Amino acid sequence: MAQISSIANEQTSTPASSSKSITLRISRYNPEYDSSSKFMEFTVSYQKWTTVLDTILEVKQYFDHSIAVRYSCRQASCGSCGMMINGKPRLACFTKITELNSNVITVEPMSNFPIIRDLAVKFERMFESHHKIKPYLIRDDSEIESDTKEFLQSPKEVEQYIQFANCIKCGLCNSACPTMATDSSFVGPQALAQAYRYVADSRDKGKDTRLKIIDESHGIWRCHFAGSCSQVCPKGVDPAMGIQLLRGYLLGFRS
Amino acid sequence: MRESTIMQIHYGTAIAAVALVAVHVLMRLTQGFADSLEYENVLANYKFIPYAIMLELILVLLSIHGFNGLRVILLELKQGRLYEKAVSYGCLAAMIGLIAYGSRTIIITNMGMV
Amino acid sequence: MTHDEHKEGIRGMANPRRYGIERVAYWLMRLSGLGLLAYFVAHIYETSNILRGQVGWDELMEMTSTTEGHIILTLVIGMCVFHTVNGIRVMLGHGGVGVGKPARPDYPYDPASQNYRHKIGIYSAIVLAAVAMMYGMAVMFGE
Repeated sequence: MAQISSIANEQTSTPASSSKSITLRISRYNPEYDSSSKFMEFTVSYQKWTTVLDTILEVKQYFDHSIAVRYSCRQASCGSCGMMINGKPRLACFTKITELNSNVITVEPMSNFPIIRDLAVKFERMFESHHKIKPYLIRDDSEIESDTKEFLQSPKEVEQYIQFANCIKCGLCNSACPTMATDSSFVGPQALAQAYRYVADSRDKGKDTRLKIIDESHGIWRCHFAGSCSQVCPKGVDPAMGIQLLRGYLLGFRS
Repeated sequence: MRESTIMQIHYGTAIAAVALVAVHVLMRLTQGFADSLEYENVLANYKFIPYAIMLELILVLLSIHGFNGLRVILLELKQGRLYEKAVSYGCLAAMIGLIAYGSRTIIITNMGMV
Repeated sequence: MTHDEHKEGIRGMANPRRYGIERVAYWLMRLSGLGLLAYFVAHIYETSNILRGQVGWDELMEMTSTTEGHIILTLVIGMCVFHTVNGIRVMLGHGGVGVGKPARPDYPYDPASQNYRHKIGIYSAIVLAAVAMMYGMAVMFGE
C-alpha cells in the first residue's frame, strides 16, 4: 500500500561528523521509596541515526546507572522497550530522535501498566488476558495423526492471519487504548487481535470457544474502534482491523 | 442477557430511531418551525394515532439506546461486582422510568384528557 | 487513577489528541451521546407541559424560544447529526466493512483499518453536523 508515513520522515540531514543535542527527560519512580514520579533531565548529543534507546543507554552509562529500562534486541523484534515517548507509546529502539522534531524528549513508563521502577513496567495483566483467549490451536486431532504429518495450509489461508501473528507483545496497543485507560477488566486490543489470529487460522477449530470467552461485558464489546491501538503498533498488526473482523462473527456478518 | 444480544439491540434501536427521528424533525420543518410548535398543532399531532405511535416508538428506542450507552460508559469508568450490578439495574430503572413518564404524556394527550 | 495500575484514567480516555482523527471521533461520539441523552431526558420532561394545557405549553415556549434556547437546540442538532453519521460509520466498521483486508505487513507498517474511507466518514460527519447547525440556526433565528 503506497502511503506516506511519518515514521520514516526526517526533518534534518545532519552530516555524520556533526552532532546536535537534546534534553532527555526521564521519569524516575521507585514505588518502594517514592510517593510520586519525578523527572530528571539530561543533555544528550545525537546524530541522524540515534534512537531514543541509544540516548537512554548513554545516560545510563555515563550519568546515572540506576535508571531501570527494559530492552533487548534493539531492532523492534522483541517488544521489550515499549515506553511513552513525548506522550505516545512507542518502541524506544524503533524511534529516532530526528523523527520526533523536538528539542525535549520526555520518556515515561507505558500507561495502563503497573510500574516496577522508572521505565520498566509489569506485563502480568496483559499476559493473563492473552492466556485467557487460548492463544494456541484448538482441535481434537494432532498433525501426527494426519496422512501428511502436518496441517496443510495454502498461501491464501496463511494471508488471512499472518498479519496478526506478527504481534511481538510489546503492549503499546494496550497503552494507547482509551478503554484500557479506565477499564481494569477489559481484555485489551492485544488479546482480542490474538483471538482473531487463531479464529482466522484455518487449522483452528476453537472459534466458538473463543467467541464465548470474549462475548462478555468487558470483552470485545468495550472496543469502540478508536483505532489508537493500530496507530501505535510498530509491526503493522493492526489490532483494530482484527477486532472489527472478529466482531463480525458475533454480529452475524460472518460465519 | 448476553452482551452480544444487548449490543445488537443497541445497533438496532439506533438505526430504527434515526428514521423515526428524521420524520419527527421533518414535521417541524415542513409545517413551518414556529407554527408547528403552536399548542393546537402539537395537540393535533398527539391526537393523530400513527404519529402518537411513532412518538412512543421513538421514546422506547432512544431510551434503550441512550441508557445502554450510558451504562457502557459507566461500566468502563469503574469495575466491581456491586458497582456493575448497580449501574446495570440503575440504567434499566431510568430507562423504564423515562418510558413510563413519556408514555403518560402521549397517552393522556392522545386520549384528549388534557 | 489508581497509581498501582498506572492507568491514564478519565484524562487519558477523554484526551482526543495524539492518535489522529479517529480518536477525536471517539471522543466526540461520547460527548455527543451524553449531551443527547441529557437533552432527551429534558425534552421528555419539557414536552410533558402539554398536560398543563395551553397555559403550560405557552410558558414552555416562552422559556425555550429564547436566544439561549435556540443556541442549545443548534448544539443539539449538531450533536445529533454527528452522532448519527459517525454512528453509521462505526457500525459499518464494527461489521468489518471498510477496515481493509488482512495482508502481510510491510514497512512502514501503516494500519489498513485507519484508511481514507473511515477518515472521510469522520470528516463528513463533522461537516454535515456543521451544515445542519447552520441550517437550524437559519430556520430558528430567521423567523
